Amino acid sequence: MSYVLGLKCRECGRLYPKEVINVCEYCFGSIEVDYDYEAIRRVFSREAIQSRPRSLWRYRELLPIEGEPTVGLNSGYTPFFQAQRLAEALGLEELYIKDDSVSHPTLSFKDRVVSVALTRAKELGFDTVACASTGNLANAVSAHAARAGLKCYVFIPSDLEVGKVIASLIYRPTVVAVEGTYDDVNRLCAELSAKYPWAFVNVNIRPYYAEGSKTYGFEVAEQLGWRAPAHIVIPAASGSLITKIAKAFKELRQLGLIEESSTKLYAAQAAGCSPITAAIHERSDIVKPVKPKTMAKSLAIGNPADGYYATKAVLESGGWAEAVSDDEIVEGMRLLAETEGVFTETAGGVTVAVAKKLIEQGTIPRDESVVICITGNGLKTQEPLMDRLGHAVRIKPSLASFESSPAGQLAGLSTKR
Amino acid sequence: MAITVRIPTPLQRLTNGQGEVPCEGKTVTELLADLDRRYPGVKERIFDQSGKLRRFVNVFVNEEDIRFLQGDQTAVKDGDEVSIIPAIAGGT
Repeated sequence: MSYVLGLKCRECGRLYPKEVINVCEYCFGSIEVDYDYEAIRRVFSREAIQSRPRSLWRYRELLPIEGEPTVGLNSGYTPFFQAQRLAEALGLEELYIKDDSVSHPTLSFKDRVVSVALTRAKELGFDTVACASTGNLANAVSAHAARAGLKCYVFIPSDLEVGKVIASLIYRPTVVAVEGTYDDVNRLCAELSAKYPWAFVNVNIRPYYAEGSKTYGFEVAEQLGWRAPAHIVIPAASGSLITKIAKAFKELRQLGLIEESSTKLYAAQAAGCSPITAAIHERSDIVKPVKPKTMAKSLAIGNPADGYYATKAVLESGGWAEAVSDDEIVEGMRLLAETEGVFTETAGGVTVAVAKKLIEQGTIPRDESVVICITGNGLKTQEPLMDRLGHAVRIKPSLASFESSPAGQLAGLSTKR
Repeated sequence: MAITVRIPTPLQRLTNGQGEVPCEGKTVTELLADLDRRYPGVKERIFDQSGKLRRFVNVFVNEEDIRFLQGDQTAVKDGDEVSIIPAIAGGT
């Protein structure tokens, strides 16, 4: 059973059949999935959702597939928890972490979008899938394609972290490392998608793919006890996640699953690549492209496809945006690890550091509910930490060696009675 | 020798299915005007009513976004490759 009526241009409203179309042929506007919300309302209730398996597919009616889901049956429904110690460190009363750093199977929120994209790609008859990626998406496409038995090509910038390259290669896709930035990879893939009969998940089947991000927002609302938070801090690369979290809360409100409420959205970017933040600070809807230079490679998109929509969504919500330096990013990663025991990638460091900045400047109030979005795992981006965390204390396997080492001296101090 | 213009899928119906067409001009503006002369209708698709490139259309000269060059006044010469690419593609 499908609840998808068709595709629709977000700009001029022109309608299209539910096929492989990603831009409006007339105005080049963004294409969105058009759902039959009346039919969904009749079957989609809190009880129905709660009775289903704990995966992103529990929100299936609001995802753009025709038949049953076939990919990513174990993805989604990641941990969501109150972050008491981080809240204390930041001076907040009510703080939550939505933790996709432990997403199954590839440790980032990209498992969500790829589950939807590959289910749809199979329905559309593709036998080969591809993507342009800063790393996490390539990992997810490679893993899910392997399990689905699809052929796979992933295109990445040639300067990615080793962990992100290995975490694609292991599934034996064809990994193409392009000498250039992500924006170069993206442009190349746009051109390749016109030539090769492949489902480029974030290019020619993007309207379906992008809907998968909504499940992050659905889960936040459900896990918060069927309500939307007052504030949510979201990492921004292309800006798609921001727009889809906004859409998720809007759909749940529209369907009567959460109360009428408003959520302020905040975009988190690295100072070395902050085109969306710059537009928001200027309160402008013109997102000027930049040449990225940041350690947060998963956010290093200088020409964000959804920058315009993300900027609009943030400003309309009454939210804001900030950008943080490489040093602040590492501090953000450490703070989350030291207070909540979560090792996130550089992008998560950006989100935590931006949240800190917004709280310190008084933009986010201290007495309202706040969610910080953690979308990737630190084991994949170890390079920036190599020389910043100090070293293990090396000793001989003897009591004396331990006690004469800095570790032993520390232990001695703490056991003195 | 002319300048090669790469045509995105949504416009290929206007270029009889061709993904690359030769055009002439000294600047991006002139080149796109020539493209419209050869394949009428292109212009109204990629420019808005005020004559500016639409928000969701990106133009690249030899792989570089013209917004990092001189915009639609960017100079082009024989042998250059110009790509018209929808902005709503890619990104994570």
